[in-house]
Parts: sequence; C-alpha cells; structure tokens
Amino acid sequence: MRRHVGLWTGMICLLVAVSPVLVGLAWVPQDPLSLGPERLAAPSLRHPFGTDWFGRDTLSRIMVGGRASLLVALLAVAGGGTVGIALGGFAGYIGGIGEEVVMRLVDVVLSFPALLLALLLGAAWGPGLLGVATALALFNLPFFARVARAGVRSIREREFVLASRAAGAGGGRILVRHIAPHLASPLLVQATVALGAALLAESSLSYLRLGVQPPSPAWGRMLREAQSYFPSFPWPAVFPGLTIALAVLGLNLIGDALRDSLDPSFRRAIRLRPS
Amino acid sequence: MVGHVLRRVGGAVLTLFIVLLLVFVAVQIVPGDPARWVVGPDAAPEDYAAARARLGLDTPWPVRFGSWMGALLAGDWGESRLYRQPVRPLVLSGLSVTLPLAVLALGMSLLLALSLGTIAATRVGRWLDVGTVGVLQLGTAIPEFWLGILLVGLLAVTWRVLPAGGFPGWGESRAWASLVLPALSLALPRGAYLARMVRASLADVLGEDYVRTARAKGVSELRTVAVHALRNALIPVVTSAGLALARLVGGAMVVENVFGLPGLGRLAVAAVEGRDLPLLSSAAAVVTGLVVVVSLIVDLGYVLLDPRIRER
Repeated sequence: MRRHVGLWTGMICLLVAVSPVLVGLAWVPQDPLSLGPERLAAPSLRHPFGTDWFGRDTLSRIMVGGRASLLVALLAVAGGGTVGIALGGFAGYIGGIGEEVVMRLVDVVLSFPALLLALLLGAAWGPGLLGVATALALFNLPFFARVARAGVRSIREREFVLASRAAGAGGGRILVRHIAPHLASPLLVQATVALGAALLAESSLSYLRLGVQPPSPAWGRMLREAQSYFPSFPWPAVFPGLTIALAVLGLNLIGDALRDSLDPSFRRAIRLRPS
Repeated sequence: MVGHVLRRVGGAVLTLFIVLLLVFVAVQIVPGDPARWVVGPDAAPEDYAAARARLGLDTPWPVRFGSWMGALLAGDWGESRLYRQPVRPLVLSGLSVTLPLAVLALGMSLLLALSLGTIAATRVGRWLDVGTVGVLQLGTAIPEFWLGILLVGLLAVTWRVLPAGGFPGWGESRAWASLVLPALSLALPRGAYLARMVRASLADVLGEDYVRTARAKGVSELRTVAVHALRNALIPVVTSAGLALARLVGGAMVVENVFGLPGLGRLAVAAVEGRDLPLLSSAAAVVTGLVVVVSLIVDLGYVLLDPRIRER
C-alpha cells in the first residue's frame, strides 16, 4: 500500500481539480458570464470561491473555463503523441541515414520555445484554440519521438523479433504485434507527464490572451484579470491558480508512480540505500 | 576533440537554418495576404499588384526566404508597423532585458537545484529527503506567472521589499532589483524540476563502486559528494539544462508580461496583437538564435565535464 501513496495522492489531486469541470459539462451553479452586484466578493455560501471584478461567480467560471484548458491539453498530447510516436518509431526501425535526418529535425523542434510557436501561429491564424493546440502538439512531438525511437531501437534486434522476421513476418506486423506492446508503458508515462506540461503551457498562453477569446473564461486568463486587484482582493487570483497547480501536480505524481512501477531500473536507482 | 567541436558547430548552424525557415513559413506564408492588408480589401487591382511587387511577394518563396535571411544577417530587420520605427533597436533593447533575466533565472535555478538536490540525494528515504521531494513536486506544478503574481503581491506590494514591476532602464540603481522577482518566479519551478534530476542522478552515482572506494580510502564525505560524485551526476543535468534554457526563455517572455518588463516577450505579444510581422519575425529569429547558441555552448561545456568526449 505504501508503494502506491504517490499514485493515490496524484489521483485525488487530479480528481479534485478536474471533477468540477466534468460536473460543469452537465450543470453549472451560476451563469459564468452573467454580471452580479457583489464585486470581488470573498468566498461565501452563495459564491464558494468568491466573485471577480464584474461580480461573476468564480467557481462557475473555473468549471466552464477548464473545458478549453483540458481540451487543448488533450489535443496537444494526442496530436503530438501520434505524430511523434510514428516518426520516432519509424526512425528507430529503419535506422541509418533516415533515422539521422528525422531525429535531427526532431531536435530542431525541441530547441524552439513552445511559446514562440504559439505566438507565431496566433499571428498567422488569429488567436484561438487551434493555434494553441497545434503549437503545444508540436512542442510535445520531440519527447514522444525520442521515447518511441529509444524503445524501438532497444527491441529491434532482440531474438523474438528476429525469429518473427525469419518466420516471414513483414515490417508492419513486426511493428504492431511485437514492438508496440513493449512501448506501451514508457509512452503511457510520457503521456501523463506531457498532459501536465501541456496544461501548464496552455495556462501561460491563455494568460497572454491567446487561446479562447472573451467573454469565454479560461484558467490562465482569469488569473490575468485577477492580477490587477491582487493582493487587495486576493480571492480571484487564488482559486484558478490552485486548480491549475493541483491538476498538474496530480498528473506529475501519477506519472512518477507509473514510472516507478513500470520501470524497475529506475526504482532501483532511487531506492539504492538499504540502510 | 576538434572534430567534436566542428560537428557541434555545424549542427547548430543547420539547426539555426531550419529554425529560420520555420519562422519564415509561419510568418510569411501562412498568414493570408500581407499585400491585401496594406492596400485594403477594396483596392484597385493595379494598386494591389503594385503593393505585391513592393513587398516582394511576386517572387517565389525560396527567393523571398533567401533575401529575408540575407537582410536579417546584414542587420536590416525592416520597419515595425506598430511602433513606426526600425525593428532592430526595438528588438535589441528587448533582448537587453530578456537575456539578463533568463541568465539570472538560470543561475538561481541551478543554485536551487544543486543545493536541494544534493541535500535530498545524500539522505534518500529520510524525512528531510521526503520533505524536500514533496516541496519540489509541488514546485514543478505551479505556473510561473501565477507565482509571479503571488510574489508581487507579497514581497512588493504588501512588504515593499522589491519593485513591483516595470524596468527603470540599465544604469539606474534599481535595474537589477527589478529583475529579481521575475527571475525568482521563473527559477523556482525550473529549479525544482532540475533539483529532482540532480537528486535522482546523484543518488544513482553515490551507489557506484568508485564512490565506495573514495570513502574507503578516507576521503572526507564532503569531498566525496562534492567532487567525486557530483561531477558525474551533473552530466545528465547539464544536458537538460540546455533544454531548460529554451523553456526559460519562453517562460521569461510570459513573466515579462506579469511584471511589465520591456523585453522580447512584451514586444512579441504586442506584435501578435498588432499583426506586426517584421517585428514578430525578427524577435522570433533572435530568440531561437539565442536558444541555439546557448545550447551549443552547453554542448561544448560537456567536453569539460566528460573527458570521454575529449579523447575522441
């Protein structure tokens, strides 16, 4: 049980942060856009997280604002993961010059700050969800490509793969039936961590007014609006930030726990002292 | 070793070329039709054609890329639509804020990473380690701009220890002081991430035979950890410090907006909102150039850490 403390803590953190958004898909306590008489109110029964400058209910805005954040993070990881795994897996499988070229390109993407990419796409396409999701997908691509390539390379020459090839299996079958299952666990770890990073990056971008446009709420943008009244009116700046941090913390803890249990070599490295 | 250096420099030049191509594609090809913005939607076809010719849009894109890159290298970065003045002094003055900010933040995060990482790694499993790891875990999850907002509120507005924002310009007495809070809010999350790497890597190295040998022959514990073990433990950390810088520059561009610092991030965001493409593409080229050059320096710094590369 003690081994799973990290996993459970992570699950609870993630659940606490994300469940309001899920509930918000079906029901929101108050209209997140309607203006109210109580401006910058402290938490109360009527407004559990207080209100913002326009008297809008912070809890309702967090519940609705999380949709965009989570959607962008999921799109970014799904998009970057798919393309990255395909590129990395392909590079690792063919080897030689092709591998060199693909991985060099991947390294180029890696040295490109995600924020800059998002700004460029924001200028090109106008601010919106699609530009932010594309930029973050590109940002995620190299990490997945590296994990996939390393995995494929380490398995490519193993006996069971050679045996399968000797038995007449084609490249596609070998990749799908024999190599892919071995990649599942490192890629799962990578996806979890990437989801947290994407969530963080999305909040930065929406703080910079990229992404969803007003009056739709977004977590990062709520913090920007709250900044002017902090610290005189601290509440609007507290809860959106706490929600982001809790969600990212949860995902990181889950990622670490998964890595610990899926990758025995890592566990040994950390618990080396018998004392 | 000379071969290694040459290979790295060649790789960096190639990377820079591809990155500039990416910037060019994003700014010059994707965003609709700049000539149409200049003349407006109802212009006569002749005016439109003239505008296209004036902007050089009637030539094929490889030619335009070549001339753009040539102008960039020659120092002619064009005119900002937004500020109605040459782009180069604008970008350079932005760089004079962003670069010191990123370097200060990198220094702070390395300091944090080395101290906390070493403290935790030499006490794996004990309460100080568990506590440190918990704090670091929390630190990596906090958005840097939120941390910035909170730090301003506490240290600058409530306690008035440091300036709340803005930048007085270099040469003024408060110039460095106004970079401290922004750098701190960048350094805490990044430093926490690096500290976890230091801890994992150092804990690994401390289990090696040569560390036991050092202890057995009577080397002091401080020297064993600080000299024998840390040097090897830092190799993977240095690799990711290069990557950390790319993120740090990106983060600096966000945090500048929190603190109202007149850096590249402010310029770039203003350029996006004002659709100022010359300004945006030059700022983007400078930022990516910076990242590529620094990762090259980190790469070469590797040689000092890892003698195996030197002998090749």
